[in-house]
Amino acid sequence: MRYADILRFARDAATAYPLRTLLSVLAMAIGVASVVLLTALGDGARRYVVGQFSSLGSNLVIVLPGRSATGGFNPANGITTTPRDLTVDDAAALLRAPAVQRVAPLAVGTTEISAGGRLREVVAAGSTASLMAVRNFQLAQGRFLPEDEWRSSAPVAVIGMTIRNDMFGNQPAVGQLIRLGDRRLRVIGVLKSTGQGVGMNTDELVIVPVALAQALFNSNTLLRIMVQARGRDQIEAAKAQATAILKARHGGEEDVTVITQDAVLATFDKLLGALTAAVAGIAAISLLVAGVLVMNVMLVAVTQRRAEIGLIKALGARGSTIQQIFLVEAAMLSLAGAVTGYLLGQLGALVLRQLFPVFPAYAPAWAVAAALLTALVTGLLFGILPARRAAQLDTVDALMRH
Amino acid sequence: MTLIALAAIERVFHLGETDVHALARIDLNIAAGEYVAVVGPSGSGKSTLLNLLGLLDQPTAGTYHLEGRDVTTLSADEQAAVRSRRIGFVFQSFHLVPRLTAAENIALPMMLAGIPVAVREQRVRQALRDFGLDNRANHRPDELSGGQRQRVAIARATIMQPALLLADEPTGNLDRATGEEVVHLLEALNAQGMTLIVVTHDAALAARAGRQIMMEDGRVKSDVSHAALATSTSA
Ligand SMILES: Nc1ncnc2c1ncn2[C@@H]1O[C@H](COP(=O)(O)OP(=O)(O)OP(=O)(O)O)[C@@H](O)[C@H]1O
Ligand SMILES: [Mg+2]
Repeated sequence: MRYADILRFARDAATAYPLRTLLSVLAMAIGVASVVLLTALGDGARRYVVGQFSSLGSNLVIVLPGRSATGGFNPANGITTTPRDLTVDDAAALLRAPAVQRVAPLAVGTTEISAGGRLREVVAAGSTASLMAVRNFQLAQGRFLPEDEWRSSAPVAVIGMTIRNDMFGNQPAVGQLIRLGDRRLRVIGVLKSTGQGVGMNTDELVIVPVALAQALFNSNTLLRIMVQARGRDQIEAAKAQATAILKARHGGEEDVTVITQDAVLATFDKLLGALTAAVAGIAAISLLVAGVLVMNVMLVAVTQRRAEIGLIKALGARGSTIQQIFLVEAAMLSLAGAVTGYLLGQLGALVLRQLFPVFPAYAPAWAVAAALLTALVTGLLFGILPARRAAQLDTVDALMRH
Repeated sequence: MTLIALAAIERVFHLGETDVHALARIDLNIAAGEYVAVVGPSGSGKSTLLNLLGLLDQPTAGTYHLEGRDVTTLSADEQAAVRSRRIGFVFQSFHLVPRLTAAENIALPMMLAGIPVAVREQRVRQALRDFGLDNRANHRPDELSGGQRQRVAIARATIMQPALLLADEPTGNLDRATGEEVVHLLEALNAQGMTLIVVTHDAALAARAGRQIMMEDGRVKSDVSHAALATSTSA
């Protein structure tokens, strides 16, 4: 029998029993669609988190006060009462490290902002010009903090987009005066809106020179020091050098925690990658179920079409031809289901992306390929048993008893 | 020329504890071009014999030579090839594929044999004309009368130009007039040289055949040719 004829014969047989065909196509489609959609969700979550971390800035090393609990047992820790605070001098000292390109101190507190009779609570961050490069900030208007503002406390501020809108509405903000706590400051720049992300929401932030912030909060401590290494390969060196410098400055005591963004990122990446794979695995079970259903549908088809099978055997069909006819039919059902499911899954992911634009719900290529392949392989595998059963039917029995 | 040579053919069905001897030591020769009617009471083994002749079933013992070739030792695929090229079947219940049109049903053996589409179409067109089904080509079996269905089945059985045409009660599901029409068709095919073996309960129909084989309990009870019949009555 010619291949074109086998295909046509199998297709006609499948369409002759629409309900049965629809059922197995649907089962397969649901299986594939769920793999596509669930992995789109999982991988979307991974991409989202990775993207958020990346937007914090590149080659970032963060210094926090206090020893991290994950540092292992250190006898010195047992004696220490409270960890020493981080200071602006600590931050400045880090500039000596050869692997460090930029350093931005960060002092944070809440205070009140008022302008033109409007008043609201606000988070104020004290830092330096380097923060812009370290944190990858983008400006909407004006400019960022002036260079070399480590010591001086020039009365200037850079504000986030929400603050800008709350305080000035649709009036221009750059050049205007605001009151922050008990200080009068001039707005010199507005940050581009970034929306909610990991860490601080910069839309709700007011950034001022670090000395000014410390005077405002009446404290000389820093929340953290943001360090940018000279390159990706310098991150570990920058981490080691920063630790050493601060240990020396803190009387030989390692009372800071230095984390690299890469380590955090890698952890999340691995975690969410595993989650996606697990979700794909669970969804793949539905493919298996679909395969079993296709098998049952084909077994029913063999029973229903006993007379036809007997007839074509009598007309000279070989066992292998009959097997091919039924295998091709099973493959067609699986293929139709897989394609339908693929389209449904992609449609679902598209709808997700429309509903949540920040969430990159794209099914990874490996998952799509695996889903389609699994659908076809299960369809064929589960098609073998019915096909063999058809081929082995006793001709006389199939012809006479129906 | 001998088309069919059966020697000591037996067919035993095992039904639990009991053995049913559907065929018991059948020796039979049929020449090419013969018109044979097989008659006998129900359960005498007529269908079993026909299924064996058509290679749909295997004898328990004995040998079967078809066109001089021992076909009992052939593999399943080789037997399928013999069925495809040398044997045509006509069944009491027509056995048309319901989802296929008359033309597609007739083309089925050629499709299974891998004959090119162009040849198929040309032969189907000829067959439709020969069997008076010109305007029924695209009708499905449920849109055809019983006589038309059996004509489609006969067209299908002969489309591969077999040497042997086997018909198991071909008129069993038809009224007398339509049945006669079908018998005329079969006889016309026999007249063209096709060997025709018909199983029937109809004595009138059996009497038309050149040779009548009467079965009973799985044996050939009598085997009478027309010529012999004529001499025996005149003697
Ligand atoms: N598959 C089978 N299993 C068991 N016994 C069978 C089988 N097929 C036929 N037989 C038995 O073999 C014997 C002959 O059956 P067969 O069908 O050849 O009779 P028949 O002459 O065609 O009868 P009818 O005129 O009723 O069609 C019967 O006793 C029948 O019961
Ligand atoms: Mg019978």
